[in-house]
Amino acid sequence: MPAIQFPVTEEIHPDVALVERAKKGDTAAYEQLVRQYERQIFRVAQHITQNREDAEDITQDAFLKAYQKLDQFQGNSKFSTWLVRIAVNESLMRLRKRKTSKTVSMDEDVQTEDGSIPRDFAEWRPNPEQLYGQNELGDILRKTIQGLPPGFRTVFTLRDVENLSTEETAEALGLSVPAVKSRLLRARLQLRERLSRYFRQKNGALKP
Amino acid sequence: MTCTDFLSQLTDYFDGKVDPELLADVQAHICECHHCEVVLDTTRQTIAIYRENEIYEFPTELRERLHTAIMTKCRDNR
Repeated sequence: MPAIQFPVTEEIHPDVALVERAKKGDTAAYEQLVRQYERQIFRVAQHITQNREDAEDITQDAFLKAYQKLDQFQGNSKFSTWLVRIAVNESLMRLRKRKTSKTVSMDEDVQTEDGSIPRDFAEWRPNPEQLYGQNELGDILRKTIQGLPPGFRTVFTLRDVENLSTEETAEALGLSVPAVKSRLLRARLQLRERLSRYFRQKNGALKP
Repeated sequence: MTCTDFLSQLTDYFDGKVDPELLADVQAHICECHHCEVVLDTTRQTIAIYRENEIYEFPTELRERLHTAIMTKCRDNR
């Protein structure tokens, strides 16, 4: 007996109505979108720039830019993905201006194989949360992600910290899906390798 | 399956998207190769630890200040 087919109803994201209202000049609707995403946008900007003041400026600029360009938002993607894309571009632009890093485009740092081949095969025991206190763990995580090339840091942040899908990450970064997957693998492996210095099982369980 | 082949499947493995024909080989490799088993486990922990620990604070005071600034700019630039 053939399976019963239910009609596929596409769920409409609640942001769609808010965006429509905001386009018509409803500031309160836009304010609701700002509330919803300000934390995420700030976090993305801070992860990419590694600087709190820059992240504050970028958050403001990204929301203002999005507001001014609302008419250009076609609704082919999620509003949040579109917003993240604006914030990522602002962040990379800010890094270029600061010039603390040579590689600030999404394309330049793909050549490096450094750290992409696993070398440390020690287990992480006891697990990191048992080994370090919250503050110390936070320091290690910040220091470690800071050492990652910006392009890898950005992909890791969107895909693994912000939990965007691979497709959404590709859209937000203007990259192909295979390019995102390749950068993501390298980013994860490099972070793993660097974290292993702190978390690897030690004889005598001494911290580094 | 070599360790390099395994690594090339790692992202799909986390997403549960490994080609069904390859999946048994991937799983067999994890059982046979301790190094890759460790890489799998510690990479999984790497992702989890960044996802679960908010490493940058976003205190209420900062949030309110930013929020007000954003809305002021938007109202002024309609």
